[in-house]
Amino acid sequence: MMLSEAMVNPSLQNPGEGSPEVQLIRRVQDGERELFYELVRPYERRVYSTAFAILRNEADAEDAAQEALLKAFKHIRQFRAEARFSTWLIQIVVNEARMRLRRVRADLIEPIDDRTSEEGNYTPRDFADWREIPSETAERNEIRERLLAALASLGEKYREVFVLRDVQHLSIDETAKALGITTASVKTRLLRARLMLRDLLAPGLGGSWSSRLSFVKGNKPW
Amino acid sequence: MVVTCEEVWREISNYIEQEVDPDLRAAMEEHFRQCKHCTAVLDGTRNVIQLYGDERLLEVPAGFSGRLRRRLEQEMPAPRGNAWGWMVAVAAAALIVIGGVAGRSSAFNTPLRSEHAKPALVAVPADMMVVVADDGKTFHAAGCPFIHDKAHQRTIAAGEAIREGYTPCMRCMRKYLQLSTLAPAHGNDADDSVNRRSGF
Ligand SMILES: [Zn+2]
Ligand SMILES: [Zn+2]
Repeated sequence: MMLSEAMVNPSLQNPGEGSPEVQLIRRVQDGERELFYELVRPYERRVYSTAFAILRNEADAEDAAQEALLKAFKHIRQFRAEARFSTWLIQIVVNEARMRLRRVRADLIEPIDDRTSEEGNYTPRDFADWREIPSETAERNEIRERLLAALASLGEKYREVFVLRDVQHLSIDETAKALGITTASVKTRLLRARLMLRDLLAPGLGGSWSSRLSFVKGNKPW
Repeated sequence: MVVTCEEVWREISNYIEQEVDPDLRAAMEEHFRQCKHCTAVLDGTRNVIQLYGDERLLEVPAGFSGRLRRRLEQEMPAPRGNAWGWMVAVAAAALIVIGGVAGRSSAFNTPLRSEHAKPALVAVPADMMVVVADDGKTFHAAGCPFIHDKAHQRTIAAGEAIREGYTPCMRCMRKYLQLSTLAPAHGNDADDSVNRRSGF
């Protein structure tokens, strides 16, 4: 038994002038500050993961997310309805997280890819076969750690674009707006990020899991 | 038209997102038939997008919402402040959970450490026809670029696919999926109809 889409997902209803979100924004702008959390609640994860993509650790990301949402509240009257509220929030958290990163940059070793130009083509380094996505329960935590470590090893400009587009599923256009870069840059960086991640993950995930899977299916890999 | 490996790598994102023109697409498909390396790059890049596309990868830490609310309450004390506003928020978020996306395909089903690891909402119409591949784990809309085994695909009703243990593709079924925090549905580039469709 399935419910209709709109019943389950209010966000699929027509937004227009009277959308619940637009109404909420107006009420908060008019002083009903206690409704602010309800307004940003759908974006908690998005705000946090954006901060995490830039700062690469949970504690800093959480703090930056809180700070960004407080700033959003303080400036809520400056929000104009023609913009998308989610993009506006992401812009604020990107700025907040980037500012913090600049502050500690001296202590950080710059990832190699931030120093290289994004011009020119990226050449894959590894051609390991990777057909299957691992699905064994016991391995999930391990995979998660691997994915996060691989992501953290990319340069900042690649992490930002990749997380907004491929983790949060923003459109190319929204990603460009949120980061203040062109759509062409989004596409170039996204391609690089994907290829670099594949290079980092294919030898481990592809190799080990595909052999295990073929073992399960009865074709011994040796 | 013949394409080199370098050209294939340059266009692989566009190819996956189905943004290459038919001639280039045909040339790339021909290249993939002959080039093991580029096929490996294609499969792997798709896997990257699929694995990272699972929103549970970057969950908020346990207790995040509570701490955020406390901080907001501290730093923006409401003049006529009371618990009422928060109760409205909770009520608005109390949605009906139909079923979990507890899928064999997802790498992140386990409630790792998050208070948010509630089951996701699945509102795929049961009678909608979807595509599954015999050795795949997810079901897709016809034509989805993430269908793995194009040779062994079959079309069945979504309700049937769910009963057989398939889970919805995070990409093409996205508009029907919703995690408990009401993650907004986006994904279509430069398409205003998306804005009209999704309120958030
Ligand atoms: Zn090739
Ligand atoms: Zn799909």
